[in-house]
Amino acid sequence: MRPIRVLVAKPGLDGHDRGAKVIARALRDAGMEVIYTGLRQTPEQIVAAAIQEDVDVVGMSILSGAHNYLFPRVVELLKEQGVDDVLIVGGGVIPDEDIPGLKKAGVSEIFTPGTTTSNMIEFIKSNLKREL
Amino acid sequence: MFEKEKLDQLRSARQNWEDKVLSKSLSKAPENKTEFKSGSGVNVERLYTPEDVADIDYETEIGYPGQYPFTRGYQPTMYRGKTWTMRMYAGFATAEESNERYKYLVGQGSTGLSVAFDLPTQIGYDSDHSLAQGEVGKVGVAIDSLKDMEILFDGIPLDKVSTSMTINAPASVLLAMYIAVAEKQGVSSDKLRGTIQNDILKEYIARGTYIFPTEPSMRLITNIFEYCSKEVPKWNTISISGYHIREAGSTAAQEVGFTLADGIAYVDAAIKAGLDVDTFAPRLSFFFNAHNDLLEEVSKFRAARRLWAKIMKERFKAKNEKSMMLKFHTQTAGCTLTAQQPDNNIIRVAMQALAAVLGGTQSLHTNSRDEALALPTTDSVTIALRTQQILANETGVTNTVDPLAGSYYIEAKTKEIEEKAMEYISKIDELGGAPRAIDIGYIQKEISDSAYKYQMEIESLDRIVVGVNKYQVNEEPPKGLLRVDPIVGEMQKKKIEDVKTARNNEVVKEKLDLLKKACQGTENVMPFILDAVREYATLGEICGVMREVFGEYEQAVLL
Repeated sequence: MRPIRVLVAKPGLDGHDRGAKVIARALRDAGMEVIYTGLRQTPEQIVAAAIQEDVDVVGMSILSGAHNYLFPRVVELLKEQGVDDVLIVGGGVIPDEDIPGLKKAGVSEIFTPGTTTSNMIEFIKSNLKREL
Repeated sequence: MFEKEKLDQLRSARQNWEDKVLSKSLSKAPENKTEFKSGSGVNVERLYTPEDVADIDYETEIGYPGQYPFTRGYQPTMYRGKTWTMRMYAGFATAEESNERYKYLVGQGSTGLSVAFDLPTQIGYDSDHSLAQGEVGKVGVAIDSLKDMEILFDGIPLDKVSTSMTINAPASVLLAMYIAVAEKQGVSSDKLRGTIQNDILKEYIARGTYIFPTEPSMRLITNIFEYCSKEVPKWNTISISGYHIREAGSTAAQEVGFTLADGIAYVDAAIKAGLDVDTFAPRLSFFFNAHNDLLEEVSKFRAARRLWAKIMKERFKAKNEKSMMLKFHTQTAGCTLTAQQPDNNIIRVAMQALAAVLGGTQSLHTNSRDEALALPTTDSVTIALRTQQILANETGVTNTVDPLAGSYYIEAKTKEIEEKAMEYISKIDELGGAPRAIDIGYIQKEISDSAYKYQMEIESLDRIVVGVNKYQVNEEPPKGLLRVDPIVGEMQKKKIEDVKTARNNEVVKEKLDLLKKACQGTENVMPFILDAVREYATLGEICGVMREVFGEYEQAVLL
């Protein structure tokens, strides 16, 4: 079985990447292959990287409040490119009331502050859309 | 601090206590843990005694407040003379809404303003830029031109308040706008008091709102030092910030070490640009985090003050005592706030604020209980401000200067943090200074290692976070959070159009061309930016010119 490939991305202009980096390391320690995009990625750049790197999972982190615009945009662009078998998750400072809308838009899970990395790892392992 | 003979006596008394009292107690009731760690993960001893402070000389290492090395505070009377400035960081949506929040805070007893800008503003984009979509007005106020700045400070006399602006990469432009608003109010720039954060190195390290590469960024900063030393003499031209370094996951000693290493880089750059150290150093200020471990944090502030005084005196040969004084603003630690049981954050903030006050801060922002969820509501901000007012008026901690001094633990810990911070500074010196250490990712890597360790401690329950990994309850999602209307983006776009129609576009172009030439040369760019701002050139246009000449920074990512 090949390792799970994950793209960890920071969409938007927010520069707080402590969470993204901690998660990237935790996923790597759990045996996954992790690509971190660095800061200030547009939805277009994230989608291009996801396709180029042929990832199984896209994880995005936002603290700035721009999630309602940026998360669905990434899902939409992936669909436009004909990609529908990538698991998409998000995290950050995201009010509970925004979560149903984001899930409806195609983000499979939203991890809010206090989530453990082990929960996230478990979720990814059991919700992949592709065969390994 | 003690005579050798006395120490020998104490040593044998301690041995006696360990043999007769302690061992009996331990055999009956063992301690809860095998190792006790501070908030930064440093080992804490069971007991601190005069033995732990034996090699600290009171006169030269601790001394008196308002006197070198300033361990006990930078003023002789501290809060007996003047309480710290209660400066709440605020700003959201439009200039109109933020102006209302400022007036409210001042009305409630806030004694200084602190402006939070939205991300497009912080990165030098106008609200109508494609990258600004979804971000306008979200984490702070959107400022596109002098017009917005006029609205932001409408009815707030700039000769009466001191204003802190959390702005870094485009600090020169926002400062110019502030000066221009003052001109319109009839206030000359020599009367302006406040601070621009203007600390680009920590942006590369921890906060991410950089624009230009390190070298031109350092030039802009020294240009500001020089301009302000002549034209805006009461202005604090930089706030060298450990806050974000700590938020990114550093330990207390790393916070001090990396922040002071950045400070050294700014002083070096200014001296290299031909400035005399005593002309700009008194206007340097600092910004620290107040984290959870109360005693470690108090020691951290004292250590930072002492170490900076020594660096300025010994390394930079400053002569003016004001150049050696580390003045600092503190903010309670946003990263410690939990989305679970948010009211508990009120208690965390109160303890952290106490640490800042016991550590001798000059100004303080207390976080609001709902900040792990959204921007704070008016109610939460009021509680946060009241927390400071209760500390200042009811607890008695302001009645005497540096009240924890002389505690065996505090003095030992102060020395320990100073020494560890100095080790980091020496390491950074070896690497060629802070900008170089940042370019190769050394500082970022050290911090992310600490952040990862911290998270793993929480997950293994070595570190308890109340309401998160212990004492959890099932709770309803909180109601009434502040939300910024997405329409703000549209409103700002309309404002930019109006400004561009009303101004003289030919003059704007001329001013921007002159700015471009200045950027290409070696002159101080501040007067050119000010000229462009006065004609309502937008932030995006001005930063656009600088982007063209200076290029953009590319992040070094090391996981």
